[in-house]
Amino acid sequence: MIAPGSVGGAVRVFEHNALIFKRLWRGSMTVSFFTPLFFIASMGLGLGSLVNKSSGGVGGVPYIDFLAPGLLAATTMQTAAFECTYPILGKILWDHIYDAMLATPLVVRDLVIGEVAWVTVRMLMVATIFWIVMAVFGVAHTAESLLAIPAATLCGLAFATPLIAFTATQKNDSVMGSVFRLVITPLFIFGGTFFPISSLPLFLQWVAWATPLSHGVELSRGLVLGTLAFPQAAAHIAVLLVYVVVGAVIALPLIRRRLVK
Amino acid sequence: MRSSDSSPLISARRLGKRFGELIAVDGIDFDVARGEAFGFLGPNGAGKTSTMRMIACVSPVTSGTLTIFGEDPARRGPEIRARLGVVPQADTLDLELTVRENLIIFARYFDIPWAEGRRRADELLEFVQLQERAKDKVDDLSGGMKRRLTVARALINEPDLLLLDEPTTGLDPQARHLVWDRLYRLKQRGVTLVLTTHYMDEAEQLCDRLVVMDKAKIVAEGTPRELIAKYSTKEVLELRFPVDAQPALDHKLDGIADRVEVLADRVLLYTQDGDAAVAAVHSRGLRPETALIRRGTLEDVFLRLTGRSLID
Repeated sequence: MIAPGSVGGAVRVFEHNALIFKRLWRGSMTVSFFTPLFFIASMGLGLGSLVNKSSGGVGGVPYIDFLAPGLLAATTMQTAAFECTYPILGKILWDHIYDAMLATPLVVRDLVIGEVAWVTVRMLMVATIFWIVMAVFGVAHTAESLLAIPAATLCGLAFATPLIAFTATQKNDSVMGSVFRLVITPLFIFGGTFFPISSLPLFLQWVAWATPLSHGVELSRGLVLGTLAFPQAAAHIAVLLVYVVVGAVIALPLIRRRLVK
Repeated sequence: MRSSDSSPLISARRLGKRFGELIAVDGIDFDVARGEAFGFLGPNGAGKTSTMRMIACVSPVTSGTLTIFGEDPARRGPEIRARLGVVPQADTLDLELTVRENLIIFARYFDIPWAEGRRRADELLEFVQLQERAKDKVDDLSGGMKRRLTVARALINEPDLLLLDEPTTGLDPQARHLVWDRLYRLKQRGVTLVLTTHYMDEAEQLCDRLVVMDKAKIVAEGTPRELIAKYSTKEVLELRFPVDAQPALDHKLDGIADRVEVLADRVLLYTQDGDAAVAAVHSRGLRPETALIRRGTLEDVFLRLTGRSLID
């Protein structure tokens, strides 16, 4: 059998997710392709033509080039938010999937690592399709721009582990909607995706920089546009890693407290 | 690390479980031998499920000692669980997967290769007579079918010990008998069964030996036959009187039977000879609406021990 808490146990939890996804992947991939396509076409080209006409783009690049890589980071954030809220709560509360798993040799750590591994792969899928759409629009055209895929995935992970911790504390899904209304949607709109954070009032700039999305957006944008300098890149990555690690360290005991009684 | 054949498969000494202020299990002792079908009989809230969850190594022991296969659940939980099959009180099947996929993915949790998992899944679906529903979603199954699938899933790792928490609660009589039949076959194959139930007939049908639990403690232990002999009588006469006549009985039944229990809806007379008791009741001019002679059961044992019925 698998040694307790070894990688093998987490792989089994990953396989459970993959087996369910096998039935859904066509629809999921289609959505992951058309959503960025529509967004980049309407906002990047449509709205972008107005922006380019009035101010010559943003920061010296056409609006579509400014928008698309930022949108990539915002998209993985949304994937993380979706995967780490309702599905996890469902497995704790409604279908008791974790209870079933914990009756086998699997341990709580396997559940957390397995879920984080799964959401990572989901974000890599979404980001890869997004990159292809960017390439279609001519936004992504360098080999370096491919690094925006792992960068955006890291950005999503910075939301994933804290959200798993949050979900572990929820008795029902009544507050889940607020996560999207009060955190994810405001960040999506004000987090530097559609316009530079420097246009925000100073106080909100500080708020924006305290959240992972702005760092993910800057990282992704810098990699796609080829404007990223090393010290800034390292700082962005460090902030994102802190979120990932702190989230994971909090999530593990919270999930254990929830499931082991 | 296998324990020898003569040592108990499960051994509990002063085993306790607390949830904050609530004492769910209050220092109980029991042993379960290899190949035995062992039962925990008791009403809801007696501590049966808490005990089962500790045996299943999913709920930490609060006090006392517990060993399963001679091992400590706190240190060797995953190794012990690898050899257990668990049928929990509420089904934990995966509603997003098919019947067969539920078994195959569960095999993976035990590190069973995919091909072997598929082979075992097909074999077990046949065993619980669900082979025709293999490709259906679990949601479409009846309650009895879901229960059978849960039993099949618990067998995927060929366990040495099968734990069943109220295996047939909520099932209709036909579905119950089908589950009992499969459990009986497993018992004949030498699988050790530990089950909880609040159905006396289930305990009598399946258990070689059982303990009666009430208010977090074990109040009696023995084979069903021993318990009935000790705490009940060979025959029981059940009398039903018109609703308003029963309180007026007073001591009119005194001396007819070894013991008289007056319940809300009927009167039970514990006696060695039911026919003689009926005759005595009639000779005293009492006219019950119905008079039924039956043999003593575990229900009577429970009533005697606790003064209450198993199912309220």
